[in-house]
Amino acid sequence: MSDRELTFADAIREALAEEMRRNPRVFIIGEDVAEAGTPFKVLSGLVEEFGKARVIDTPISEPGFSGIGVGAAMTGMRPVVDIMFGDFLGLVMDQIANQAAKVHYMSGGKLSVPMVFRTTMGATRRSAAQHSQSLHAWVSHIPGLKVAIPSTPYDAKGLMKTAIRDNSPVVFFEDKMMYKLKGVVPMDDYTIPFGVADIKRAGNDITLVATSSMVQVALGAADLLAQIGVSAEVIDPRTTLPLDKSTLIESAKKTSRAIVIDEGYEQYGVTAEIASVIADGAFYYLDAPVKRMGAMNVPVPFSPALEDVTVPTEQSVFEMAKTLCGKA
Amino acid sequence: MTEHIDLEQSLHMYEQMAKIRAFEEKVNELYKNAKMPGLAHLYSGEEAVAVGVCEALHRDDYITSTHRGHGHCLAKGAKVDRMFAELLGKEAGYCRGKGGSMHIADPDSGNLGANAIVGGSMGIATGAAMSAKMRGSNQVAVCFFGDGALGQGLFYEVANMAALWKLPVIYVCENNLYNEYTHYSETTAGQLIARAQTFGMCAEIVDGQDVHAVYTTMQRLVERARCGEGPAFLQCDTYRYYGHHVGDINRAYYRAKEEETEWRANRDPLKILSARLVAQKLTDASVIERIEAEVNAEVESGVAFALNAPFPDAREVDEDVYA
Repeated sequence: MSDRELTFADAIREALAEEMRRNPRVFIIGEDVAEAGTPFKVLSGLVEEFGKARVIDTPISEPGFSGIGVGAAMTGMRPVVDIMFGDFLGLVMDQIANQAAKVHYMSGGKLSVPMVFRTTMGATRRSAAQHSQSLHAWVSHIPGLKVAIPSTPYDAKGLMKTAIRDNSPVVFFEDKMMYKLKGVVPMDDYTIPFGVADIKRAGNDITLVATSSMVQVALGAADLLAQIGVSAEVIDPRTTLPLDKSTLIESAKKTSRAIVIDEGYEQYGVTAEIASVIADGAFYYLDAPVKRMGAMNVPVPFSPALEDVTVPTEQSVFEMAKTLCGKA
Repeated sequence: MTEHIDLEQSLHMYEQMAKIRAFEEKVNELYKNAKMPGLAHLYSGEEAVAVGVCEALHRDDYITSTHRGHGHCLAKGAKVDRMFAELLGKEAGYCRGKGGSMHIADPDSGNLGANAIVGGSMGIATGAAMSAKMRGSNQVAVCFFGDGALGQGLFYEVANMAALWKLPVIYVCENNLYNEYTHYSETTAGQLIARAQTFGMCAEIVDGQDVHAVYTTMQRLVERARCGEGPAFLQCDTYRYYGHHVGDINRAYYRAKEEETEWRANRDPLKILSARLVAQKLTDASVIERIEAEVNAEVESGVAFALNAPFPDAREVDEDVYA
């Protein structure tokens, strides 16, 4: 209805506010979520509207408040647990993977855990090895979890609203380098279903499957490819769990070439899973092996001179695509 | 201390303890006869804790249980037949065969599930208490765990928040003296109760073999939690008659036979209660025998039901992954 633009951070805040107005059982819990609004200011203003009883500041105790979220979710509430940096998933994996993910199954379907773990990902913020990782592959491995990994303000808002309304635990990854990214976000109450990929740019010669901030990288590479006459299709799965396999496979069948680009570590990562899905589903249509581009398999370094070479860039994706299309 | 507990309630507590004892003896038999898949961690010897605690709760109050959880589940209201069915992996079990001995959950009786990660449910119980407070439901939550679970960091995080926010949660520490195969004195610096006292939390120690003592203490702690006075910690000193699990037969390397014999002979929770009721001339041996006969019959019929019950259809394997 409008061309209103919001930043990625504003879109997430708006989704949270709308869902908190819609359902009094929704609340936020985490470190410095109230007056501070998180270090990234994503939650600024929420405590003023909803009060400290629903925007709850905690001690620095990630496993503790995550576990409290699980128990609250099992007994009628809908918590949104804030894990400031994705790296801190290392602290809370028991609560996410052994508790939240398994309660519904272990109880034979009698208990459920409707909650969202919000956390961040993404390197190049000069934050070094313990504040820069993209660890969505860890949780995408676990049955019982859903994993959302939006790339635009529009998707972030729609996926967050779906996550809060979902009756299963959702881990929601926000690339902290995208918080200021602007995009069109309509005023109306929309949601985006999980497990539905979005074609961010249509093309015919090569499929670029990209997640989160790598979607912007892939779109930039697609522009460069267009200049040399290669038409790239950019597809964003939007959720890694569930994964929209058919859209990825159909695109690869059409283009006959595919690169998967993701900011998680390349080894045993999201790129491996998606490349396998494409190789399996589109094998007889492929003219080249499916290529993977993830973060380098090193702890994320501090120095800009080092950090910048660890993640895929427009140029590196362009070069890879050019080679794959025989234009090198 | 026991004046306000009438005979009917005492006999009910005896029945609950006797039921747990008979249940666990049958579980051990099923294991020895290779009729039960997997293992089980028996609660025999600790019955007064679960029964004394759960007697002080309403049906809609919450509990979280542990790997040694059969006693908690039964004391909170689970039925013997469906418990056995779950232990045998049958469709009629509380979790349709998906949980087994270590994961029995029964939300109808307020049981949010047994947890096989030691200390793993401390967050869940605390969160349930927070939820009760937010919803204004007047429910309390009880977190059962053993002495070994105090080695986990989670306790210190959630106890801190529970005390800060005056949450209606009671942490019930069953000190059965052993962290699996190691005496707790070898793993514990300082006193167990000091761990709770440091948060300014109401903390008490009770004889976990005396169901009256557990019940009356628990009543006080529940009452104050319901009134908004915050969390409490109750250390119940008790003893595990069997090994860490049913297969832990040769225990001489970590505890003496004489110690086991002493607890069974002189510290048995069923004997303590029945002897007290008889000594006070409130009842006689025939009443106790009748209760024993009734629970034995319930256990026999429950196990027969479970042995004859069908397994789940293999096609159910991927049901209930998502809600």
